[in-house]
Amino acid sequence: MSAVDVVIRGGRVIDPANQVDEVCDLWITAGRIGGMGAFDGEAATMIDATGKIVCPGLIDMHVHLREPGQEWKEDIESGSRAAVAGGVTSMCCMPNTGPHIDHAGVALQIIARAQQVGLCDVHPIGAVTKNLDGKELTEMRELSRAGCVAFSDDGMPIWHAGVMRKALEYASSFGFMVIQHAEELNLTRGGAVNEGWVSTQLGVTGMPVEGEDSMIARDIMLARRIDARYHVAHISSKGAVDLVRAAQAEGLKVTTEAAPHHFALTEEEVLGFNVDAKMSPPLRTEADRLAVIEGLRDGTIDVIATDHAPHHEDDKRCGLSCAAFGIVGLETMLPVSLQLVRDGVLSMSDLLAKMTANPARLLGLDSGTLAAGSVADITLFDPDATWTVDRNKLVSKGKNTPWHGKEMTGQVTLTLKSGRIAYAEGEVCD
Amino acid sequence: MQSLHHLFGIADLDTDQVEYLINLGESFIDINHRPLKKAPTLRGKTIINLFFENSTRTRTSFELAGKRLSADVINISASTSATKKGESLLDTGQTLAAMQPHVLVLRHSVSGACEFLADYLGHTSIVNAGDGGHEHPTQILTDLLTLRCAGGFIGKTITIVGDIAHSRVARSHLLAARLMGYQVRLVAPKTLLPAEVERFGCEVFHEFDDAIPGSDVLYMLRVQTERLTDNCCFPSIREYHEAYGLNRKRLNAAAEGCLVMHPGPMNRGVEIATDVADSARALILDQVEHGVAIRMAVLTALCGGQQHLGRPGRSKQMVMEAMRGQGSLL
Amino acid sequence: MSEILFDHNAVAVALNSMSDNIQGAEIYLVGIQRGGASVADAIELRLGQRGASVSRGNLDISFYRDDLDTIGPNPEVRPSELPFEVSGKDIWLIDDVLYTGRTIRAAMDELFDYGRPASIRLAVLVDRGGRQLPIRADCAGLEHIAPANCTVDLKIGDTWTIEQRQVK
Repeated sequence: MSAVDVVIRGGRVIDPANQVDEVCDLWITAGRIGGMGAFDGEAATMIDATGKIVCPGLIDMHVHLREPGQEWKEDIESGSRAAVAGGVTSMCCMPNTGPHIDHAGVALQIIARAQQVGLCDVHPIGAVTKNLDGKELTEMRELSRAGCVAFSDDGMPIWHAGVMRKALEYASSFGFMVIQHAEELNLTRGGAVNEGWVSTQLGVTGMPVEGEDSMIARDIMLARRIDARYHVAHISSKGAVDLVRAAQAEGLKVTTEAAPHHFALTEEEVLGFNVDAKMSPPLRTEADRLAVIEGLRDGTIDVIATDHAPHHEDDKRCGLSCAAFGIVGLETMLPVSLQLVRDGVLSMSDLLAKMTANPARLLGLDSGTLAAGSVADITLFDPDATWTVDRNKLVSKGKNTPWHGKEMTGQVTLTLKSGRIAYAEGEVCD
Repeated sequence: MQSLHHLFGIADLDTDQVEYLINLGESFIDINHRPLKKAPTLRGKTIINLFFENSTRTRTSFELAGKRLSADVINISASTSATKKGESLLDTGQTLAAMQPHVLVLRHSVSGACEFLADYLGHTSIVNAGDGGHEHPTQILTDLLTLRCAGGFIGKTITIVGDIAHSRVARSHLLAARLMGYQVRLVAPKTLLPAEVERFGCEVFHEFDDAIPGSDVLYMLRVQTERLTDNCCFPSIREYHEAYGLNRKRLNAAAEGCLVMHPGPMNRGVEIATDVADSARALILDQVEHGVAIRMAVLTALCGGQQHLGRPGRSKQMVMEAMRGQGSLL
Repeated sequence: MSEILFDHNAVAVALNSMSDNIQGAEIYLVGIQRGGASVADAIELRLGQRGASVSRGNLDISFYRDDLDTIGPNPEVRPSELPFEVSGKDIWLIDDVLYTGRTIRAAMDELFDYGRPASIRLAVLVDRGGRQLPIRADCAGLEHIAPANCTVDLKIGDTWTIEQRQVK
């Protein structure tokens, strides 16, 4: 047995990929999981995890890192730092950068830069269409070889039905998954918040829920014919959850993810013209929020992903209808999601599966597991510790959070990336 | 009664405050009839009218209101480019506030522009002269003063006709109706109604003729012709006039004392026929006249007791904290 | 604690003597809202009994005050009504209590906004001293030097009295 570098003692180890949930020790050898059980040897580093939960490093399959192109909003380094502060050790970055991730060079550059930073794995999502303009398909095979794990035009929908059909056909020929930002722009154009009582009170143009639902309905019809892998990004409405549930019942390869804000907040958050509660799809009604929670509970929604969308102050400082869409999420993902466990919606293991094993399976990643021999990406958190979100203390460059000043229950205490401590005691270890 | 620092909208007022502003406005009507239309009430106060949308009448009304009370009034018409709207609002607002006016009267096409700007300004009071599709409080106070002078508004039914979806006047009336005890009926096709508008507690009609019996006031909204046809909200102006225009025949179908109002400027022959607009039952020019008195009242109410310390707004404080956090900029 | 300075009879006597001092063929009485308007009404009644020709007006000087910043606008403003042409007239300005003189200054300012009177004279029911401006009454029905920490008010009910009350 080779030398053990790190031992995590006495934590509640939860590894959904391998149905593990027990209090034991977990040890690391040469950056990989050595094993779990009772450890009674010597190790260079001993970590006391009593009272903590020890789980695979979290995977966030939907983030915007803004590099290349908008580094004043976020870059791979600041995004990686924010990730490990939130217990995330792998993330998928969306292609709406500048240049877009629509050719292999950009994907390779992002992966190389992330490795240089060395805190968090970054897996690019390749663009479906060149320039994200919804017209010509990208070279998906080459993008895949360069490291792209799925394809999306996120930020923009693949709005053209004919292009979407071809994209699904082409991608599914090679087993690639297409991720859709479902938004029928002809219904949502000019909108800033969910259309309904809140938009009416604010006198702001609304984005009707049908904008999301109608495109998902269309896409499911297109996917059905060719048995394509179709993934709905940031699902937010009851209608959309119902559509995905029905498609899954039919046996289609349709999956979806939910962002913490869509199951934690409602459109009421926007009252008072709160620009930090503006995102697309928008926060919706309580009925929609409960439907998303039900989708998480019954397994319709496989994955929790943040849609982390950092913006500069200037992009938000201009009134609700002009402000940029999106909020940051990496650092609040875990505590906000833990509410589902406290509310009895999900077991701790099922919740963690949606941020570890499930996205890993969808994307074909080898992370998200604590199996012996796998890379030692590990997150420790105290499920009961409380802390208050301070936008100015966020690690991300983006300060656009709707949770500023709110108390969170559940705090990441330690993040290990390939067996190295990447985040501990409130500090990122660069 | 809570004193006023800003006037963002009817939503922020209580019954006492609305009552107070209407009363104060009523007492100013007289000054506008004197040979020498000037009182020294606001001597030494600076008022800036910052208008990002064209509006001759609202701007003139605020300007006269300030000048007749001896304030120094400056008008600024700022142009907006579609993409940089918000930024120029913040920069222009902060720049003007740095010149220490007492009141900034703001009109802007973005809903919530006043609330947004107030977060960054310190002691300058902001008056909403119309923000996007959100609120237009001084127009509603004007309408209520006009109705009071014409016999009162409590228990009356005001029927608002036209593009409710984009109308800040309609929205402010819906809020004021609940506060002040009158009823609102809305008349529009579904293309011109906002979602779930009936939750304001109003009646909704699609046929104008159905809404006329029982109405005490027919309140015609201005048609924004380009907005109407561009978004497929309505097929043509011709059909609009036929369906929702107020003509003599419709006015005759109304109760005898039924009054006609319009926030102006009118499109004669579109939402209102000329003979109706010029009839004795139209209060349209009274609204204009009382608009000056109400704006005098609002400016006086905001300037009165204005001895609060200059403190930056909430967002400004956040930005300052963030800068201090970064250390490099201070 | 309030103290009655002058009872109903004393006030009635003062109103009579004020009326005696106000002479002329055409008399223009302008009361200052609210107490002054009541005093002007009382004088008008007496002058009318004498057969004099009286024109009445009232001023609310709320918009002419010099203390808007500190106290805020008056929540109950009454209308100013001057139903006659002011220019060229000899005006009697009527108030209940004369104190600092600031109200009278404001009233004169407002009067000038209606026109250019030939003259303005001042009649008050009670002069309580404490002037801060070079203003005096041409006719004061009663005089009483009140301490600065006291208010002096005309109380109008079934009987009219003038009361003094200590404030902080």
